Amino acid sequence: MTVSGDRLGMPDDHPKAASVGGRAPDAARPALTLTDAEVLGVDDIVVSLGGRRVLDGVSFALCPQEFVGLIGANGSGKTTLMRVVLGLLKPDSGSVRRADRRVGYVPQKVAIDPDIPLRARDLVALGVDGERFGLRLPSRARRARVDEMLEAVDATAFADGRIGELSGGEQQRVLIAHALVGDPALLVLDEPLANLDIRSGHEIVELLARLKVERNLAVLLSAHDMNALLPHMDRIVYLADGRAAAGTVGEVVRSDVLSELYRYPVRVLDVDGTLVVIGGHEVSVR
Amino acid sequence: MFSGFMANAWTAGTLVAIVAGVVGLFVVLRGSTFAAHAVPLSSFAGAAGANLIGAAPIAGLALFAPLSALGIGWLDRRRRGRGDVATALVVATMLGLGALFLSWSTEYESGIFGLLFGQIFGVSSGQVWLTAALAAGTAVSVGALYRPLLLTSISEDLASSRGTRPGRVDTAFLVLVAVVTTMAVPIVGAFLMFSLMVGPPAAARAFTRAPASAMALAVALAAVTVWAGLALAYATDWPIGFFVGGLGALWYLAARLRIALRR
Amino acid sequence: MSGFFASDPVRTALVAGGLTAVVSGVVGVFVVLRGQSFAGHALGDMGTLGGSAAYLANVSPLWGYVGVGAVVAAAMELFGVQRRRERDVATGIVLGATLGLSALLLYLDSTSSSTTGVAASVLFGSLFAFAPSALPETTALAAAALVVVAAVFRPLLLSSIHPELASVRDVPVRGVATVFIVVMGVTVSLASTVVGTVLSPALLVGPSAAALRLSRRPGAAMALAAVLGIAATWLGVTLAYASHDWPPAHQGWPISFFVVAIVFVIYAVTESVGPRAAGRGRPDATVEAQTPLAGTPTAGTAQVR
Repeated sequence: MTVSGDRLGMPDDHPKAASVGGRAPDAARPALTLTDAEVLGVDDIVVSLGGRRVLDGVSFALCPQEFVGLIGANGSGKTTLMRVVLGLLKPDSGSVRRADRRVGYVPQKVAIDPDIPLRARDLVALGVDGERFGLRLPSRARRARVDEMLEAVDATAFADGRIGELSGGEQQRVLIAHALVGDPALLVLDEPLANLDIRSGHEIVELLARLKVERNLAVLLSAHDMNALLPHMDRIVYLADGRAAAGTVGEVVRSDVLSELYRYPVRVLDVDGTLVVIGGHEVSVR
Repeated sequence: MFSGFMANAWTAGTLVAIVAGVVGLFVVLRGSTFAAHAVPLSSFAGAAGANLIGAAPIAGLALFAPLSALGIGWLDRRRRGRGDVATALVVATMLGLGALFLSWSTEYESGIFGLLFGQIFGVSSGQVWLTAALAAGTAVSVGALYRPLLLTSISEDLASSRGTRPGRVDTAFLVLVAVVTTMAVPIVGAFLMFSLMVGPPAAARAFTRAPASAMALAVALAAVTVWAGLALAYATDWPIGFFVGGLGALWYLAARLRIALRR
Repeated sequence: MSGFFASDPVRTALVAGGLTAVVSGVVGVFVVLRGQSFAGHALGDMGTLGGSAAYLANVSPLWGYVGVGAVVAAAMELFGVQRRRERDVATGIVLGATLGLSALLLYLDSTSSSTTGVAASVLFGSLFAFAPSALPETTALAAAALVVVAAVFRPLLLSSIHPELASVRDVPVRGVATVFIVVMGVTVSLASTVVGTVLSPALLVGPSAAALRLSRRPGAAMALAAVLGIAATWLGVTLAYASHDWPPAHQGWPISFFVVAIVFVIYAVTESVGPRAAGRGRPDATVEAQTPLAGTPTAGTAQVR
């Protein structure tokens, strides 16, 4: 198992399965096409910021209905990678291939003034066409779409409340609804669990797992603790120091793989189902 | 009170109230209170300059306000953190320049007083037409920019991810603030424009939940402010700025009370 | 030119202006370090109320500025830091109300007494009309401000650069902040007598910001700021005196215009030419406190505040 520079963990019958272990034959393929199965392809992204290599050759891909966790500590480059995927930041080299349809984005920090006169349903309505200029007339079709989306994320109860007064978990649902109402193929969430308590966090993860099937969605979300995602995560992209290892949890979250990724001795412990990654010297058992 | 030159004041004043409420709501949402403060003060020099050459202050404002707005936006983007000092100095220099222009005229004292604290006389018919045209332009622009303005107020990243350019929306917004400045300063004065632009919307957002109704309420409160100001200034001869400042504070107080009670 | 120094108003102006420039330079360095220039602006504008009330009560305007300035300053510190956005809105609204009230007082003054040009004097200064009898109290206030700054110099410096570190070392950060803002109120009052309430922030922060660009040591910056301030003020007085015959009105250009314009030029020159010495080498907690929490490493686009 190697890290960075490879696309790992494809389903066995995937045409690229043969590429594990070396530079893929598709390196010759023009960069802008996706295979039918893929929703997102990220190739060899390199980003330097302020003189530091934040991302050093990161590659991975997503297929529909895949739930992929982008895991890494603060400073590992998660947010930068997210911004590259969303097109908010141009990488120094490498490319991002996205299916044509819009990407749904749930940002981490949303400056929601508690007194802002905006209801949950207003925010979701902005998800339909919030970037368009021009006057917008009330439309029954749009209202129906908004209602349907609020229902899908279990937000109908507080649809008419001020956004600023919702709890963290409730706001998160509304933002997800906003992102999904445009019917994207890919949903990207930037640290959605960061400010939630454990229970709300679990509820959001379950919601996402449900939505990915209901809406034929690929979900990419970043977090610094993978354990909350373990029950539902299909694959993981593990970031350390700007380098990434992608694959299933079983393939990636192992002492040898992560040690190579970190370029430092690292151990992975399984404590009753919870995975713990700790730095440490090689322990030889006598 | 409604005839002659006062009729012009009522018309222009009402138009000013409408745009102040509409644009002011976004000033509050976006937290651009500094711009709402700095742009009218910097444009003061334009009004003074126009006064000097015998033109109506509104003409000078129409020139200086957009330039000030864009300049302040540029300064703010360039130097985060130390930006306060640069803008403070630019604003002060512009104010000094305005004082200089007025000192060259015979109306140093009255010019300073009128342009900074407002005046209800001297609204010409030409000014009313210009104000109406600017109001129409503002209405159209806000209608066009409504959704991007809302979205960028919530999250610039979110807006970017949908293809909106927050920088451009910001610039357009600053120009809108400049337009409101041009219309409002001749009547309520450079010092009091902030109160008119911020007080009513601050109250509106405390009492309503949806953006459209917040805008309507902001306009209503701004209109009440201007009308009461005109009427009281006419009746007492006291400066209109006193009434606008006081009412602005009243609305804001009501807003804070409402918010405190709600929580 | 001999007429220049022989003239009483000129000598008074030079003395009052010089004293004020020194205090402004010293205090202003801390204002810039602490990122409190907006507070300075607010204090200046609120002083308008004090000035107009003072004229109405036939009292020296200096006391009006000081009275309002000190009270407001203490109130600002006590009502503390809410969300920054909300605090800016609240400050602006209060400013609007006070300015509106000042307008009323100025109007009442113009109708009741025989003094003319009160608005212009309060807002934009009238240094040539500075009463020599006010020099003793001006000197006393200036001296008091400098003595206080000297007394709290090190705690103030530490808490300006790194409030948390200062707390840990038992500096009463809150107390020092309150003392400082009152000193700021007094300084702004002095500056208001020279260039008027509206332009006082320029004298407060301009020379200091320029000095900080040129020197990274606070003591040296203060000395330099004082020198620059004196230069701007005295040059302003000289030019205003010389402008007596200048077109278009042949009645002289306002001193405050010259002073502010010169300060601006000094600042602009140091900003573009001076070494970036002031910013390097120490954790600028105030700058960090002002930049928004960035969830993203790129500068992106900044929102106009």
